[in-house]
Amino acid sequence: MIESIFTIAFVAAAVRAMVPYVLAALGGVMCERSGVIDLALEGKLLVGAFAAAVIGRAADSAYAGIAAGAAAGASVAALQVWLATRWRADQVIVGVGLNLAAAGTTSYLLEVLYDQAANSKPSPSFDSVATDPIVWIAIAAVIAVPLFVAHAPLGLRLRAAGDRPDALRAAGVSVTRTRWAAVAIGGAIVGVGGAELSLQIGSFYTEVSGGRGYIALVAIILAGWRPLPAAGCAAAFGLAEALKSQLKLHVAFIPTELIDQLPYVVTLAVLVIAPLRTRPPLALGRPED
Amino acid sequence: MNVKTEVSVALVALLIAAAIGSILIVIAGASPLDVWIAVIDRTVRDPYAWGQILAKATPLVFSGLAVAIALRAGLFNIGGEGQMVAGCLACGAVGAALPAGTPAVIAIPACVIAAALAGAAIGALTGAMRAYRNAHEVIVSIMMNAIVGGVALWIGNTWLFTGGVTAGPPIAHGAELPALGIAGSSANVSVFFAALAAGGTWWWFERTKTGVEWRWVGQGPRAAATAGIRVPRAYVWVMTASGALAGLSATHAVMGWRHAYQDDLVRNLGFLGIAVALLGGGHPLGVVIAALFIGFLQNAGLAAADLVPKSLFDVLSAMIILALAAASPTVRRALEKKA
Repeated sequence: MIESIFTIAFVAAAVRAMVPYVLAALGGVMCERSGVIDLALEGKLLVGAFAAAVIGRAADSAYAGIAAGAAAGASVAALQVWLATRWRADQVIVGVGLNLAAAGTTSYLLEVLYDQAANSKPSPSFDSVATDPIVWIAIAAVIAVPLFVAHAPLGLRLRAAGDRPDALRAAGVSVTRTRWAAVAIGGAIVGVGGAELSLQIGSFYTEVSGGRGYIALVAIILAGWRPLPAAGCAAAFGLAEALKSQLKLHVAFIPTELIDQLPYVVTLAVLVIAPLRTRPPLALGRPED
Repeated sequence: MNVKTEVSVALVALLIAAAIGSILIVIAGASPLDVWIAVIDRTVRDPYAWGQILAKATPLVFSGLAVAIALRAGLFNIGGEGQMVAGCLACGAVGAALPAGTPAVIAIPACVIAAALAGAAIGALTGAMRAYRNAHEVIVSIMMNAIVGGVALWIGNTWLFTGGVTAGPPIAHGAELPALGIAGSSANVSVFFAALAAGGTWWWFERTKTGVEWRWVGQGPRAAATAGIRVPRAYVWVMTASGALAGLSATHAVMGWRHAYQDDLVRNLGFLGIAVALLGGGHPLGVVIAALFIGFLQNAGLAAADLVPKSLFDVLSAMIILALAAASPTVRRALEKKA
């Protein structure tokens, strides 16, 4: 049974399943570590997927789709950080609102653009893992984001904005600007993850993000807000997603509806057995005073 | 926090949402004024629309109250979605299991209790995770929403759904809540249950010792603990009550409307409950008014479907949440300065 599950086709499917989770987790870590709660990951993925399919089709280029996905993710992030800093809005509520807005706006524009309620018209796509640049972008991000957060000067400022905004201000650096940079760059990364969702199947459909953004946030928290473990945890959720379809083929005694829930049940069990000892960034969710 | 502040915040938010909605209507190539007038005109003149608004508002009162009472105690219940599904499933299963001739005096309480208990169980679990395992209720709720949805689908597919449809067997006749008979709309007697729930919530927070203690917990858990309140226990009970309220939305969806458990009965109503609770300023009467307004928006999508795609009104609900979140700190400060 083991050999029939771990085929080359499965590895390819698993890698592609991991990409959106990993990019969402890495982008989300940047946002959260700068002190802004990122419950809007789901909306950023969805808008990234939508923009990639629409612009990719209009420009007849999947690469244009990637750029559009990044820009769309960054736009949602800009709205989020604007509401959180300029208007001091409650960040959890902003996240929920942005997710609902993303779902509504994408399905509205779908009807306005294509006169179709559920699907976009076909967009360009990347057919195999090896030629999919987003897979390589994800691998690069797994290396670059942890290094950036740990060692780059802006990474240090980003962490200070999330943990000790007063110290950052005392050093003469604007907390608000730092958060803007971190959240917008993070949003672009998440948007690319969203682009993968539609560019791997060559079409956008409503709710294509399927809760991945929420799961990525869980991965971030389970990983204690550290970028590399967050990416690893997100990859595990991606692997679980790919495994599910294999399990459904090969394991008859667990109902398929329940196989879908296994990753969530395991996560809850982990939280029950091993309460988290990590702490969130100290100023997470607080607007600058 | 006074009424004037709440109303000012709500009005500012509505104006912002209307402005963004107008932009979206222009993008779709229609005239905003035409759409707004059509929506209001068609709603006012059609008794069926009034009934539909009432029907759509009923479950929103329950999910709005669920979010509102949790917020009062400083918790964010985004698990309404799962709690509602659990309530509907339990209500539909119990209702279908009752013998056909069960009188209403037994059948209705049995179904109502089943709905409340199922929602309460999910809420209690979430509250306990927060209270005793330090797991954030938002994360646990997200997991619970996914798990409950999957388990409900499995239970439905395995035991309830027959003949290729995702609908369970009908509930016993005695458990059905009759329609109000407003121009054939689906408004039904559960409207009174919702009003009762709102009144009960008001009484609980204003007139009982435990209700006041819950408010203290919301205002500052540390101070509340110093004052001798057992905060973890309060968290569990608040989430239990919140889950029960969400579960009670089954009185509309199952007992009053579909008369059976169905998949997708309460889709997105849990999240819209957040909008209702915020728009209503967390006050039970405010929640009722807000639920009617969001119900109006939901119905408006159908009323103006020939002019703009109906998802426009989903966007409007979301914009109201965002505008409220943005406007409330600013408006509040401006009014405080004036006073």
